[in-house]
Amino acid sequence: MPTPVIEVSGLTKSYGSNHVLKGVSFEVQPGQIFAMLGPNGAGKTTTISILTTLVRPDSGSIRIASTDVLADPKQARRHISLTGQFASVDAFQTGRENLAMMCRLAHLNRRETARRSAELLEQFGLVDAANRRVAQYSGGMRRRLDLAISLIARPPVVFLDEPTTGLDPRSRVQLWSIVRELAGSGTTIVLTTQYLDEADQLADRIAVLDEGTIVAEGTAPELKSRVAGQRVEFTLQDARSYALARTLVTPTSENPELLTVSVDAPAPMTVIADMLALAAEHDIVVADVNVVKPTLDEVFLALTGRSATSGNANGRANTTTNANGHTNTDAREPEQVAA
Amino acid sequence: MSAVATSRGYAGATTAPRSNPIADIAAMVAREARRTVRSVDGLVSAFAIPVCIMLVFVVVFGGAIETDGKYIDYVVPGILVLCLGFGSASTATAVAQDMTSGTIDRFKTLPIFGASVLYGHVIASVLRNLAACVPVLAVAVLLGFRPHADAAGWVAAIAFSVLIIVAFTWLSCVAGLVLSIDAANSITFVFLFLPYVSSGFVATDTMPSWLQGFANNEPFTPIIETLRDLLSGVAPGDALWQACAWLVGILVASVVLSMLLYRRTVAR
Repeated sequence: MPTPVIEVSGLTKSYGSNHVLKGVSFEVQPGQIFAMLGPNGAGKTTTISILTTLVRPDSGSIRIASTDVLADPKQARRHISLTGQFASVDAFQTGRENLAMMCRLAHLNRRETARRSAELLEQFGLVDAANRRVAQYSGGMRRRLDLAISLIARPPVVFLDEPTTGLDPRSRVQLWSIVRELAGSGTTIVLTTQYLDEADQLADRIAVLDEGTIVAEGTAPELKSRVAGQRVEFTLQDARSYALARTLVTPTSENPELLTVSVDAPAPMTVIADMLALAAEHDIVVADVNVVKPTLDEVFLALTGRSATSGNANGRANTTTNANGHTNTDAREPEQVAA
Repeated sequence: MSAVATSRGYAGATTAPRSNPIADIAAMVAREARRTVRSVDGLVSAFAIPVCIMLVFVVVFGGAIETDGKYIDYVVPGILVLCLGFGSASTATAVAQDMTSGTIDRFKTLPIFGASVLYGHVIASVLRNLAACVPVLAVAVLLGFRPHADAAGWVAAIAFSVLIIVAFTWLSCVAGLVLSIDAANSITFVFLFLPYVSSGFVATDTMPSWLQGFANNEPFTPIIETLRDLLSGVAPGDALWQACAWLVGILVASVVLSMLLYRRTVAR
């Protein structure tokens, strides 16, 4: 096991009687993408602010790249960069000017500044917009510029606070691929998100944060295995088929209005084959078959007793794979297709 | 789109470990200069509004207030101080913008010289406001303003103006660090109205007696009288020391508060 690049232990922070963090501990390995997942107010941004030297915790310890962050914040700042919730780029400067200014603040000389700015503009697809003022940029372009700026000094650890909040689906996917490449090249990434699919898609490890404590930590599959496993959902053609089908199998859930019956299925193909055989035998018409996998939303519901996002309050699976192997996706999670 | 070309381990090189306060502050001053020059709003409030105020007071009100034919010599220093205060106050809005946009958070996570961004705001404000005085004075001279200061008097007047700008701008930094953008914007009005209730535009003994107590003791009265004396070639009396006491007091308190707030406050 390599040495962790980030070691956080026992962080607490209170504002008056509001205990924002109640003992947060975790470790991140070099090159990992570590996601902190939780609803608003869970303590994600406070944690990021503490790790990036903006806020001092009441107690706890932090080491980043072997530097004691609380004892030597100045040294710690050489190892990190922060991309905050808002794209903190100047609307009154062009993309190139924003980059050049931050290069100068990173103490690159004139020649290095020109070279590094050009490099980053190229890498982030901003060459055409380089000489336009940021006021004219789209939200996705601002985020890209923001991220480019935070990579100027090639920091080994990058913090991203809700990097895709407010972005359209295309820009989100674009940003995700940038983050993956960055991690692929050895940079360690700590990000916060309220989006379950984002954590699912990007993170090597996920910490679920709720009311100032980490209630669960692990890989996405590990977390999902904590709730009920996958199941197969059959949609019947008509009421007669439905009535028959539910007597032949032992459904874990059923819905007479939608004419669906669901069966727990660690081996879904066997269950499907059995059902189709039964259907042929009893003249039952099966209209559709879906393999329903547990989602992080269900995990979140199971861990905290409520849904992570009000929009996904039903706590149901969003991604289903039908019998043909095609993936159907709920409109809320368009990027799942890429999986 | 490929995000990162070079690979590196976490122990890899990061920013060169040298610190360079002058370069850091220079980058921040350049940033503020761009902010002013790039927005119509910034240009209008920095340069056009002061000239308009001058025209209103001299051309519109001047005739009515005129007593001995030299009202313009009396009122121009008041207008200059009003413009310096107004111009300095725009820093509050700019700092509030930097604060709410998370830009100051980002600067704080960089290994740069302390509060470079605030020093940048203050130096840019000095340059902007001194530049804004040029057209105001030019218009004043065209309208008949005749200062009698000698070279030493001008040097003293400019130095005194810089003290005014620095003190008011640091005060604006405090406002910008704690207030929302809208609230920070409104402190402009403090700097626009306080000079009216001073000896800057009419002698305080023409005001109602209940107002005279305030007008005689508020900072704008000695500040404007000092600048008026310096520009008229008259040795400033007690007003100079009162003005300096006010300005240095505001300056010291504002710098201390700004530094504390800069370290403590986080965006939103």
